[in-house]
Amino acid sequence: MDEVQSIVTVLKNKFDTTAILAEQDTIDGIPTLWVKQDHLKVLLQYIKNEIPQPYNMLYDLCGIDERKRNHRTGQPAADFTVVYHLTSLERNHDIRLKTALIGEYPSMVSITDIWPCADWYEREVYDMFGITFTGHPNLKRILMPRSWKGFPLRKEHHSRATDVEPFVLDEQMRMIADDDLQFRPEDWGLQRQSEDTDFMFLNLGPQHPGTHGLLRLILQLDGEDIVDVVPDIGFHHRGAEKMGERQSWHTFIPYTDRIDYLSGVMNNLAYLLPVEKLAGIEIPDRAKVIRIMMSELFRIESHLVWLGTFAQDMGQLSPVFFTFNDRERAFDIVSAITGGRMHPSWFRIGGVTSDLPDGWQKAMQAFVDYLPRRLREYDKVVIRNSIFKARTVGIGVYTAEEAIEWGITGPGLRATGYNFDYRKQRPYSGIDQFEFEIPLGKNGDCYDRALIRMEEMRQSLRIIQQCIDHMPAGNFKSDHPLATPSRKENTMKDIETLITHFLAVSWGPVIPVGEAMIPIEGAKGSNGYYLVSDGSTSAYRARIRTPSFPHMQMVPLISKGYTIPDLLAILGAMDFVLADLDR
Amino acid sequence: MIFILIIAGVLFIVLTIAAGLIYIERRLLGLWQDRYGPNRVGPFGLTQVVADMIKIFFKEDWVPPFSDRPVFVLAPAILISTILLTFAVVPFAPGFNVLDSNIAVLFFLGNSSLGVYSIVLGGWASNNKYSLLGAMRASAQMLTYEVFMGLSLMGVVMLADSFNLREIVEAQRHGWFIFPQFIGFVIFLIAGIAETHRLPFDIPEAEGELVAGYHSEYSGMKFGMFFVGEYMGVTLISALITLMFFGGWLGPAFLPPIVWFFLKTAVFICFFILLRASLPRPRYDQLMGVGWKILLPLALLNILVTGALLLYFK
Repeated sequence: MDEVQSIVTVLKNKFDTTAILAEQDTIDGIPTLWVKQDHLKVLLQYIKNEIPQPYNMLYDLCGIDERKRNHRTGQPAADFTVVYHLTSLERNHDIRLKTALIGEYPSMVSITDIWPCADWYEREVYDMFGITFTGHPNLKRILMPRSWKGFPLRKEHHSRATDVEPFVLDEQMRMIADDDLQFRPEDWGLQRQSEDTDFMFLNLGPQHPGTHGLLRLILQLDGEDIVDVVPDIGFHHRGAEKMGERQSWHTFIPYTDRIDYLSGVMNNLAYLLPVEKLAGIEIPDRAKVIRIMMSELFRIESHLVWLGTFAQDMGQLSPVFFTFNDRERAFDIVSAITGGRMHPSWFRIGGVTSDLPDGWQKAMQAFVDYLPRRLREYDKVVIRNSIFKARTVGIGVYTAEEAIEWGITGPGLRATGYNFDYRKQRPYSGIDQFEFEIPLGKNGDCYDRALIRMEEMRQSLRIIQQCIDHMPAGNFKSDHPLATPSRKENTMKDIETLITHFLAVSWGPVIPVGEAMIPIEGAKGSNGYYLVSDGSTSAYRARIRTPSFPHMQMVPLISKGYTIPDLLAILGAMDFVLADLDR
Repeated sequence: MIFILIIAGVLFIVLTIAAGLIYIERRLLGLWQDRYGPNRVGPFGLTQVVADMIKIFFKEDWVPPFSDRPVFVLAPAILISTILLTFAVVPFAPGFNVLDSNIAVLFFLGNSSLGVYSIVLGGWASNNKYSLLGAMRASAQMLTYEVFMGLSLMGVVMLADSFNLREIVEAQRHGWFIFPQFIGFVIFLIAGIAETHRLPFDIPEAEGELVAGYHSEYSGMKFGMFFVGEYMGVTLISALITLMFFGGWLGPAFLPPIVWFFLKTAVFICFFILLRASLPRPRYDQLMGVGWKILLPLALLNILVTGALLLYFK
């Protein structure tokens, strides 16, 4: 806890109580300070640039509508809060800064001049809460259609379409919607021509075979050379965060599966860790190891899809069939264990749904024995192919400093040679008990990102092997009363358990007041759920920090000067899914 | 009468092979990609081609209102006609050719140059940015590969002392030209793939990048003509490789000459399909770089060495 003391003390020494209004206790141990808006930028500058081992990664930026929140003791009065979650990779430590805002549609200073990656985050906060950011270069809606009325994450905004009049798309609205999709280069500060050439604007997407989903990229082209890229996202937005406020703590689990839809239960884990932290549930060892095993299996599945589609982006038609076949083998195991395939929603508050079926070791062992051979083949067919190398080496290069500046995590960060993996640095669910290596790259190009993912699959196999060999005995779910649904065996024996069980399945569990976030190492980067509970049956605020969002924001930076085929290589090597991007 | 029969025969064979290739390619790709391929329509899915053809004929033949209509309609026809015209000079077996031309090789090279117009005009007339980019890539790529495609064949022409394909085959009675002209063969093969813009050189259509490149806007039978045209192109290049480097219809007498010819051609067609199943696509500028910096000098060197040796041994 030295680190905690030191940064908070340092800040308190440097800034007096006019700047720092209060310190808030949090359950996840991340020091949280309330900062006055006028002093925020100075403080951020200081913490980013002036202290040793600075907090130089803007991990997340989000808003909270505080107007209906109960249990705010010790926190300054606020109608809205903007939360800045900063990370120092060197210290391996986080700090959370909050700014209280008063008023129906308050205004806030923009920090885009300190962190360029705050751009999209601030647009998202504006989009969801109607908070305006002064000094933001281009404050527009980002996820919702531009013609949307209201700001969805405000508490007065409806969360079900059935709460309002049926939707009708009349002629006028259609024209407005059409007009919204028109691209006017001037709106983005792009020139239509330079001194010696007229630029071509190419609309890549939302329907395009190379974008892996509903993503729209507008390219400013000089011949085939990319002058600039404007990503237009939000086509896949489903209001997952709003659903988090509507569903009970328990029934939100299936929605999390569909955030990064290739990583299945790994999303459950990212959501459940803070929930269990809030509830104070201690997870039995067996459940922990089962969770690790299934998460790593899904990491392999996600990387297999990435490998196949990346090769296809490079024009190689066959690997996608091979990797999907292999993934199908993994799905056979997943369905034998969980009953589901891509979205098993299998983890529960306090453990997992059910115990492992008989004979699971055999199936898992067969897969662990089978895959390395295939990976060697993919190395030969894809990774060591000279055309593949020619297409990826030296393409989309960024340095570790740039990666940190733009909030890049996961393989994209490690490809630059920066060693930071949440599994090693912030072990969760007992992963520190396992032996595995973190592969690192050197050049930070598309090829290194590919190499790292290949090696990560091998390391995940190692972890799974250790799970098979050393699966602890014991319960698959905690006996804690908030573990949902509580274990059925005891309900017929004592009335307390019966009542708890009945309440947990009818209302859902009531999670104690608090705030928590525990980032995990997802397949695509760091994934974290920032959950605010005000002591009711559902989250007061469920902020989902996904890796694809900051990664996509960096695309314009790293694709300028390359050509269209390179852009597809950059997108492919980035490994994003649109549901993860738009939530 | 015989003449008309031969024309009908050649047309029948070429079109059947092209259509059959749709089936064969899909089955072979299925085999190499660990999946089935079409296997439901008829025995082994053989009548899939018929089903596809019926479908493609009855699809709405849509001409985009923003396109340059006459050129848009004309473009696919150019592709088909240039390739079919080239088949006129291809001898399938002794006496089984439409035209025993003395300039057959030149005729083929000329026609394949004309084929570029089809793609450039099609991409241009579509008035679509993806098509335009595809057409631009196609013209650059095919112009480059045109140059040394012709040069790579000159070694064979020198050895056979003729532009006539029949005489070139006859000249291989005592040894296929693949041995003295191996470099020429490799260059011609690469140029041939680029010329038919098949993977790995399908840069003008590059699905993941340009949607479908120059034929993005085409549908129905107009698309079908590009589609079948590609397979006819593959057949043509394979047939020419057989004729120029692998002794055409020559082979042991237990099989008739025409069977030898088709067997050899089929091997190269399968090779084309195998390439498609295995290789990624290089970038457009890399392809051009290899063409101008490596293949063109090699082709010139090949001519020089072949010529010098011929003069020396004369």
